[in-house]
Amino acid sequence: MSKASEILFNSRKVSRPSSLDCIGKIFEDFIELHGDRCFADDCAIVGGIASLEGMPVTVIGIQKGHTVAENVARRFGSPNPDGYRKVIRLMKQAEKFHRPVVEFINTSGAYPGKGAEERGQGEAIARCLYESAGIKTPIISIFIGEGGSGGAIAMAAGDRVWMLENGMYAVLSPEGFASILWRDPSRSGEAAELMKITAEDLLANGVIDKIIPEAREGIENNVEYTTDIIRKNLISELVILCAKPVDELLKERYQRFRKYGEFEE
Amino acid sequence: MNLFKKKNYIPIGSSSQYKRPMHPEAQPDADSPMIPDGLWVKCRHCSGTIYKKEMDAYQLCPKCGGHFRIGAKERISITCDEGSFEELDAKMKAKNPMGYPDYEGVLNKAREKSGILDGVITGLCSIGGYRCVIAVMDSNFMMGSMGSVVGEKITRAIEKSTELGLPVIIFTTSGGARMQEGIISLMQMAKTAAAVRKHSDAGLLYVTVITDPTTGGVSASFASLGDIIIAEPKAIIGFAGRRVIEGTINEKLPEDFQSAEFQLEHGFIDKIVDRREMKKTLAAILRLHRTKEADKK
Repeated sequence: MSKASEILFNSRKVSRPSSLDCIGKIFEDFIELHGDRCFADDCAIVGGIASLEGMPVTVIGIQKGHTVAENVARRFGSPNPDGYRKVIRLMKQAEKFHRPVVEFINTSGAYPGKGAEERGQGEAIARCLYESAGIKTPIISIFIGEGGSGGAIAMAAGDRVWMLENGMYAVLSPEGFASILWRDPSRSGEAAELMKITAEDLLANGVIDKIIPEAREGIENNVEYTTDIIRKNLISELVILCAKPVDELLKERYQRFRKYGEFEE
Repeated sequence: MNLFKKKNYIPIGSSSQYKRPMHPEAQPDADSPMIPDGLWVKCRHCSGTIYKKEMDAYQLCPKCGGHFRIGAKERISITCDEGSFEELDAKMKAKNPMGYPDYEGVLNKAREKSGILDGVITGLCSIGGYRCVIAVMDSNFMMGSMGSVVGEKITRAIEKSTELGLPVIIFTTSGGARMQEGIISLMQMAKTAAAVRKHSDAGLLYVTVITDPTTGGVSASFASLGDIIIAEPKAIIGFAGRRVIEGTINEKLPEDFQSAEFQLEHGFIDKIVDRREMKKTLAAILRLHRTKEADKK
């Protein structure tokens, strides 16, 4: 297996820690809050309030399951618009109470369903991006597994974007890419290589700011190794971000995404 | 296996279809009937065969009034006041950030087919006498997919209107993010949405006109963020593709699924406007949002 296809495989392992696993190990006193106040509570996204060394924070994560039953209930971590609207509600709540937002991303993409379209999947993701651009409190996003397309960037438009060593992030699935380019979805490994989806590639082109290492024996065998590093990094980074004047924070957030693009004139 | 053999039809050339180049040594078969390319087109609404010269500048089906897709230049000429359009970033061209196999070849073909350098034309103009910034996407260029150039030109257009205190009008048509530019295409969603946010925070008007088709990453960024969202009749508007959804839920979707009419019913657009009424409608909206600053420009 090539490096990228190995990472693609690892990022999707059912045994990988989920958002709730990470939240439980990084924060204290997590209280889950439900619902988007519009239509439903989307189980593919979890969120709530918690404490990080005494600092109140809002935490949100895309939740995959460890069993088939749990995965079916959580739609394999593919959110509906209701999920993204819950994200917006919790971000605005965080802004009101001046607490930072930490987001965990692990999704193959937003759910392609009938109800999702009826309730405006596109609008929900767009609004998430729009609100993220203006929320007057720090936002840190962490890719803990898969990062698929629009459904992932909706929650990765904040001040810092980090990724676990075996995380990935792509514009479409390597299977989709391979079936468009070679009409053969089984060549996803090759596609993964070409698409530059790994944490190293993404750090090199500035899409992410930091790689969080995983234990040598495999993250599922030593989750604490990684969550301890996330915890330490969150504490030190949030101190820096929370000290910034809001104008500066928003200006830098704008510049963070403004810079992407390669073209000639 | 004659069961699956295609029947022989007389092909109707269409400018919206990719034409396989003929082998230089191949001779057109004198016996087989051929209709010259581009003279006849098929209406996707009534399935009627339309003689192209019968269509006027609005590119409507003379039989059913169905809206054909229209190029960015043609759109500008039926929307902006005559002689008012000044193009911005006219020379911006795509690079190949991911080393995608033969992306240059794909780009060159698209440039030839559409007559433009990438999927959007932006500029300053007036509509019914009111100054604004306009961006018009073009589905003839790689299905209006959004890569670096589309994202950058849209962002600059929005930033220009913020700077000048002007309204911005964006005509969208896009299959989504451009996969050939990889993750950088995805980043354009956050970039454009943030530019809309700044423009909105400055108290300025943003109107989106959603045309056929507007899906994927464009529907999930600036297309859905207008203060006022207009759509053309029967335009396909949605996030996920119909076939992907049908494959996921394992059922057939209704005919009108993701149409402009469907989106109106579900509350995601403000109004469906016939192309012939579009300029008048935009001018009326601009008039109602007129500011003293914009009048001076």
